Amino acid sequence: MPFGLTKQVLNESTLTNSFDRRSFVLGVGGLSVGMLLAGRMGYLAIAENDKYAVESESNRVNLTLIPPRRGWILDRNGAPLASNQADFRVDIIPERLQDGERELDTLAKLLKLDDAKLRDLRKEIDESAGYAPIEVASGLDYDAFAAVSIRLPELPGVVPQRGFSRYYPTGPSVGHLLGYVGAASREEFEEDRNPLLITPGYKIGKDGVEKQFEQTLRGKPGARRVEVTASGRIVRDLSTRPDVQGDPVQLTIDGPLQDYAARRLGLESGSVVVMDCLTGDLLCMASMPSFDPNSFSDGIGSVEYAMLSENERVPLRNKVLKGLYPPGSTVKPMHSMAFMHEGIDPNERIVCGGGRRIGNRFFNCWSNHGVVDMAKSVYQSCDSYYYHFAQQVGFDKVAAYARRFGLGQEFDLPVASQFYGTVPDPAWKLKKYEQEWQPYDTVNASIGQGYYLTSPLQLAVMATRLATGREVAPSMIKTNERKRFNSLDFNKDQIDYIHQAMSDVVNGPGTAGRARLPIDDILMAGKTGTAQVVSLSKSDGKSGPWKYRDHGLFVFYAPFDNPRYAGAVVIEHGGGSGAAYPIARDVMTFLFDPQKGMDALRALEKEWGGTAQQRLQRRYEEYARAAGETIPPSAPLDREIQARVDAEARIEAQRHEAFARDNPRRVRRPDVEEPVEGDRNSGTGGPSGAQGAAQ
Amino acid sequence: MSSVIPAPIARQPWSMLTPLILLTCFGAAVLYSAAGGSFTPFASSHLIRFGIFMVVALVIAAMPRDFVKLVAYPAYVGILLLLVAVEAAGAMGGGSQRWLEVGPIRLQPSELMKPAIALALARFYDTLPTGMIGSWRALVPAGVIIALPVGLVLMQPDLGTALAILFSGAVVMFLAGLPMSWFLSAGAAGAIAVPLAYNFALKPYQQRRVTTFLDPESDPLGSGYHITQSKIAIGSGGFSGKGFNEGSQSHLQYLPEPHTDFVFATMAEEWGLLGGLFVIVSFGLILYWGLKVARAAQSRFDRLLAAGMVATMFFYIAINLLMVMGLAPVVGIPLPFMSHGGSSMMTNMLCVGTLMMVHRWNTQGRGGGLLSS
Repeated sequence: MPFGLTKQVLNESTLTNSFDRRSFVLGVGGLSVGMLLAGRMGYLAIAENDKYAVESESNRVNLTLIPPRRGWILDRNGAPLASNQADFRVDIIPERLQDGERELDTLAKLLKLDDAKLRDLRKEIDESAGYAPIEVASGLDYDAFAAVSIRLPELPGVVPQRGFSRYYPTGPSVGHLLGYVGAASREEFEEDRNPLLITPGYKIGKDGVEKQFEQTLRGKPGARRVEVTASGRIVRDLSTRPDVQGDPVQLTIDGPLQDYAARRLGLESGSVVVMDCLTGDLLCMASMPSFDPNSFSDGIGSVEYAMLSENERVPLRNKVLKGLYPPGSTVKPMHSMAFMHEGIDPNERIVCGGGRRIGNRFFNCWSNHGVVDMAKSVYQSCDSYYYHFAQQVGFDKVAAYARRFGLGQEFDLPVASQFYGTVPDPAWKLKKYEQEWQPYDTVNASIGQGYYLTSPLQLAVMATRLATGREVAPSMIKTNERKRFNSLDFNKDQIDYIHQAMSDVVNGPGTAGRARLPIDDILMAGKTGTAQVVSLSKSDGKSGPWKYRDHGLFVFYAPFDNPRYAGAVVIEHGGGSGAAYPIARDVMTFLFDPQKGMDALRALEKEWGGTAQQRLQRRYEEYARAAGETIPPSAPLDREIQARVDAEARIEAQRHEAFARDNPRRVRRPDVEEPVEGDRNSGTGGPSGAQGAAQ
Repeated sequence: MSSVIPAPIARQPWSMLTPLILLTCFGAAVLYSAAGGSFTPFASSHLIRFGIFMVVALVIAAMPRDFVKLVAYPAYVGILLLLVAVEAAGAMGGGSQRWLEVGPIRLQPSELMKPAIALALARFYDTLPTGMIGSWRALVPAGVIIALPVGLVLMQPDLGTALAILFSGAVVMFLAGLPMSWFLSAGAAGAIAVPLAYNFALKPYQQRRVTTFLDPESDPLGSGYHITQSKIAIGSGGFSGKGFNEGSQSHLQYLPEPHTDFVFATMAEEWGLLGGLFVIVSFGLILYWGLKVARAAQSRFDRLLAAGMVATMFFYIAINLLMVMGLAPVVGIPLPFMSHGGSSMMTNMLCVGTLMMVHRWNTQGRGGGLLSS
């Protein structure tokens, strides 16, 4: 009975014995606890040492990716269209925030963020995946950066760093062409599970060239090993591996020309496309109004988005690729080529009696042209001629030529989407509307109206093919390989005949005398076009609400006898072609004589109140000031914006088609082709004979 | 024997004092590192406190037995009143608190209660007639003596200290010779009561500590973080550690409380298994000496008093080390002589002083220590 005392006689000595025994037992117990501790200590420090050494090291050392500098986007001469600028930036990683509201307040104070920006940030934080960084501010000066850096211990989840931001020297001029960059969205990260995408400061291309060449431009991230405290404060750098900059992408675009064209569009809504006739290189793809990709680099702010989306001139739409317009009379030279190829003698004449009877109906011309041959039909833009011969040849044949000249076609270009429009013919109408082709369909289509829809890019390709007689294909990426384009199978006489007629449009008795280049030895050839958007009863097309005015179009090439450059200008609701060809004239002037071109532009910009970039900046400030009182809805995500812009562009195109369907036998309004704004005295040519005839 | 060492020094129990002083100095070195390589604020005050409380211990050691017996109950009652005062101050201050401000000193009465409970119980069993040790009269008054301070401390709430008081009291009762069957049935009752207490008596943060202890990975960023980081610190130290002042876990603040509750982990990271074994062996030597003093004591009072002191110190050491190595839940108990903190230094030096006192009683008249009779 070692411990029991129950029925024993209790006295001092038995208690002492009991104490001795029990204290011995406790001593042994204590010793075993000591042994247990020593054993545990040995187990942790020796047996599991490797595991814990690794964990300790991974505590101590923090590996951060250094976002690679993006490859530059260069123009055809190697000048940067998009480059990088060193800057200081601050990001937050939402899931690492501890007290988000308090930290945001602190940041707002340190970085002087306004309410709109704060609201955007909160929305982004709510919608973010948590692990993906969100940019709070970039392009900070050192003081603001330092102010945030020293308060890091109380701002868990806030990441200030030196980095590079994308810089577009010409801003809005290249907005649609190059797109913009921004932090990867949750969806983008889920598609491409590259940890680089959630590295603070890394941006991916969101649109345009930036998006299409993302993988080329991306580069390889560097890495920085730093020793950090438990709260994330960096103690010291351990080692750094530099990043590898992404490869550059060289476009065929001529940077100065692109910028010039965009600025020359001025207050208008429209696009300018210029191509190199020999190579198909796209020298200029300007679409205005536009956005400034520089200010999109930290995402599209709600104020900015509200300003851009409320603008009826749709600054978010790339009109070069996604604007569809009835080509109007710009198709007439191409239709004439078709007629010749189908055996019509260009000298064969018809009489335009202010219109012409087709079948049993009389269709108006915009003027009374009298006796008209093919050349006159081009330079005076006589509709009757085309009514007659399109009917004679059959429009299904003409439509086939239109397609060969690039209309209704998509081109092999690195763009997210391009609209291909419509070249109507009997088969198309039957399929689309289950209706037979009518003579009035031929009449409308023969002068580029009706269901005809083309993009500015297609018109430029058509102009290039007219100029060269070859199937020149447009390209955006500069290569050194020599290109051979198939002949369109016209003989030289036919091509020369049309070239002369198109030259006469500008340099002879044609409809666009003011388009004559102010350069002595270079003659530009072209063709005007006007596309009606509402019926005559609603608007005369030149005045009244902007939305009801005619589109102005002009296709051109120069020099006319040895074509080098060709292109198209489309001005939405410009009130007729008179809005378009002065722009084409100045753009081509700039191409051949930059000084002369710039002088013309400077005078105009003085009138308009600064360059496109300056005007956009001012508008934004005004808008933001006004919006300070009424809070605009916050901006949707990038891809939603793009989907919406796309959808709206399609709706816009359908409106043209609906108009064509509802007005099959509309009356051509008079004087469509002449320079409409006689009060615009910037033209160089005097009033042409055509104008006289029209009046 | 004529020695170069003066008699009053040679008389001291150097087999305990040597490991104690080494341990305290080692603790100061660890605190020096925990402060990022600086004597202030931890190491210097640690050494100063040790010096002050060493003097206190020597004063205690000089007390005569009769005086100690005389003040046993008054001391207990006085400290109990202080505990009530803490409660009252806490209630008035609108929150819980554990200490009283007395001038520049922060007095934590619950710490004083740890040695006082052993003293009071030793006195109680000293006066209890031997024949009654198997009767209820041996149990109920002792139970009340323990239950009052435990209850007050639990109200603070301070589970760790309450358990420490309970442990010291239970050990004294056990060694006093109470029937074994009582302890066995108390153990059984405890096994039933613990789940009930867990559900009804513990605050949520205390419950979390227990669940986290059972499964640290269940809460890697909350309470489990402490245990995980402590194990990483100890495990990454390896055989000989990362070197003095080289501990990344403590210096980069991954280790919670590197200078108080987790000072052992701070030490183990820099000194490795060797340092750990030094600390464990040093504690073992001190406790072994204490147990020897208790077993060599001449009277029942002496024995129980000394054993209670050993139990108090043992509880501190064992629970703290079990905790930092992930074998016990996180309870706020510092490591004696190493952790920075005046309360724990005071309590443990009171225990040491009391043991030295009993040691002196034991050796009185027949010499001791280095001075062979």
